[in-house]
Amino acid sequence: LAAYRTDEGQPWVLPVVKKVEQMIANNNSLNHEYLPILGLPEFRANASRIALGDDSPAIKENRIGSVQSLGGTGALRIGAEFLRRWYNGNNNTATPVYISAPSWENHNSVFVDAGFKDIRTYHYWDAAKRGLDLQGLLDDMEKAPEFSIFILHACAHNPTGTDPTPDQWKQIAAVMKRRFLFPFFDSAYQGFASGSLDKDAWAVRYFVSEGFELFCAQSFSKNFGLYNERVGNLTVVGKDADNVQRVLSQMEKIVRTTWSNPPSQGARIVATTLSSPQLFAEWKDNVKTMADRVLLMRSELRSRLESLGTPGTWNHITEQIGMFSFTGLNPKQVEYMIKEKHIYLMASGRINMCGLTTKNLDYVAKSIHEAVTKIQ
Amino acid sequence: SSWWSHVEMGPPDPILGVTEAFKRDTNSKKMNLGVGAYRDDNGKPYVLNCVRKAEAMIASKKMDKEYLPIGGLADFTRASAELALGENSEAFKSSRYVTVQGISGTGSLRIGANFLQRFFKSSRDVYLPKPSWGNHTPIFRDAGLQLQAYRYYDPKTCSLDFSGAMDDISKIPEKSIILLHACAHNPTGVDPRQEQWKELAAVVKKRNLLVYFDMAYQGFASGDINRDAWAVRHFIEQGINVILSQSYAKNMGLYGERAGAFTVICSDAEEAKRVESQLKILIRPMYSNPPLNGARIASFILNTPDLRKEWLVEVKGMADRIISMRTQLVSNLKKEGSSHNWQHITDQIGMFCFTGLKPEQVERLIKEFSIYMTKDGRISVAGVTSGNVGYLAHAIHQVTK
Repeated sequence: LAAYRTDEGQPWVLPVVKKVEQMIANNNSLNHEYLPILGLPEFRANASRIALGDDSPAIKENRIGSVQSLGGTGALRIGAEFLRRWYNGNNNTATPVYISAPSWENHNSVFVDAGFKDIRTYHYWDAAKRGLDLQGLLDDMEKAPEFSIFILHACAHNPTGTDPTPDQWKQIAAVMKRRFLFPFFDSAYQGFASGSLDKDAWAVRYFVSEGFELFCAQSFSKNFGLYNERVGNLTVVGKDADNVQRVLSQMEKIVRTTWSNPPSQGARIVATTLSSPQLFAEWKDNVKTMADRVLLMRSELRSRLESLGTPGTWNHITEQIGMFSFTGLNPKQVEYMIKEKHIYLMASGRINMCGLTTKNLDYVAKSIHEAVTKIQ
Repeated sequence: SSWWSHVEMGPPDPILGVTEAFKRDTNSKKMNLGVGAYRDDNGKPYVLNCVRKAEAMIASKKMDKEYLPIGGLADFTRASAELALGENSEAFKSSRYVTVQGISGTGSLRIGANFLQRFFKSSRDVYLPKPSWGNHTPIFRDAGLQLQAYRYYDPKTCSLDFSGAMDDISKIPEKSIILLHACAHNPTGVDPRQEQWKELAAVVKKRNLLVYFDMAYQGFASGDINRDAWAVRHFIEQGINVILSQSYAKNMGLYGERAGAFTVICSDAEEAKRVESQLKILIRPMYSNPPLNGARIASFILNTPDLRKEWLVEVKGMADRIISMRTQLVSNLKKEGSSHNWQHITDQIGMFCFTGLKPEQVERLIKEFSIYMTKDGRISVAGVTSGNVGYLAHAIHQVTK
């Protein structure tokens, strides 16, 4: 599983998290009572505000809802279960669900287990040019049946690290609007990708400004480093408050039979942090620390490969964003890396940038160089 | 227009609706006997001392926040299995079981329900006692199973309809699924005696039923964790490979931390490994891996001898207070001059009591006395204190005389 590592290769508990945990531990007025079914109110409101922006028209117009969930996965699952029951008719399991090729491997299982029968892929990664296959993506959207559901990565696409540019997002939104396609965003890396919360939420906010009704599954695992506390949020944006209220009431029923009510510890940490201007600033700083280290590793790796004269182009390493990078290494080269150099990457050539440190950069770069030059 | 125009407003949760109404009431004497959460004799939530100590120990260790395995915290799941099965259990010692961490009782029940839907091909029918916890039905239904019932509670006597239960269970089609409350039946508080459990085990074995135990109150019912797990252990000893859901919400007061476990007793350790692999495949697309905090607290308590001892004392303390409130309620009713037989209040066990009050009487309690409970006459005895038991008895007498 993917988690951030420091330059010493260690897990990192964010300083602001340590501080807030201590505050919580010292607060004797707190107990372990049940949270409401939809979660801690202060968490829900703040979490959605982070995704949509302080000045979001949807928030101002009171047409958003939030469901505290067990991580990003839990948010995806609640959204999927709701869509299967209520979207495009009642219990319409035939509504096509489109997932990018490639995508996080669990996306497929989430929607299958939620009951959808027709899961398809949409073109995304262009292996030849090592970038986004925009035309393929747009073609798939044009051809998709109306009302199809599309799972979109809000930023830091997993596993390719390749995101559409704002201009490309605009094209995507235009097609989706015209074809009545439903946007379900997966936002697992807000802040962690570019270092800026607003920049990483640009796509979601653009879709909202274009009047879409949408879901956004948020994870606070990476950007708060709260992996094992399972802090997530499903943000619902609707046409008006009445619709959103009814949607939430049905989501409540789904939550009640899945986990009854969500765990409180992680939500408290996030809520406390986001609702205090000082702690919020500290958090943004911690997030930027993580993002900057990854960005540094990207630029260092690329420059070493270019210095070594490793065959091929390596700009994709710095153009990609987030935790992962699709190196472009083929399965044989990956096998060489694993067996001969003891560097572990996925068969897809995906590397976890968090695994790079100043100490191992040279070794990794040389190994990639060897793999590319020795193995075809 | 909206995608959601046709989405109906979901009905309010009946149990939580009680608390909502209670909150709005301005009567200073109001009582909330709705939700099943323990309260101390001042009517306040109670954080166990052993929990505070465990939390302090955990804080001092400065551990990381890395993902748990899909199946949860190993120290927790192992300790959970041992707590339920008993350290001398042959099934436990031979490792012919798998226990995965679940999201408290609900999440553990749901994992089991999903597992049955996918792998138990003999039947789609789950037999629940009449009545059962309100959430059982939608949990199994959402998992894709069908619900049936067997007689359980006798409203005429406010106790167990044992012959009715035996009669119904003996007619359940073979290889169906039957759910049993291990102790402190919710909502009635009516549990079989040990001799009755023996007969239930025999008939269930004869019908070759798959037994699903829901144990949400181990320790909390009688005050003795071994006594409360007796039925589960007896069934396993009789060769019935049960499946089991556990919750630490009540017995450790860890409600909002969502600590629970789901166990499958298997033929052997090898089968247990195969079952485990399938449970993980079910869990991953639900929430990937479970939350750490509650499980770690529970694990520290169960695995640290001093803390475990302290916990056993505290859980007995909670159980004893409940038992004492039951006793006081009955004696106060007698003092009020009630001529009804209220013995069932002290015969029943656990957090809940089926008073036998009718909906109209419940309505009056709410409206005239600001005493809130669910329409079926169920009260959460945990909400009764030495300070308000007199008022409660007075009110009940007024609406039943």
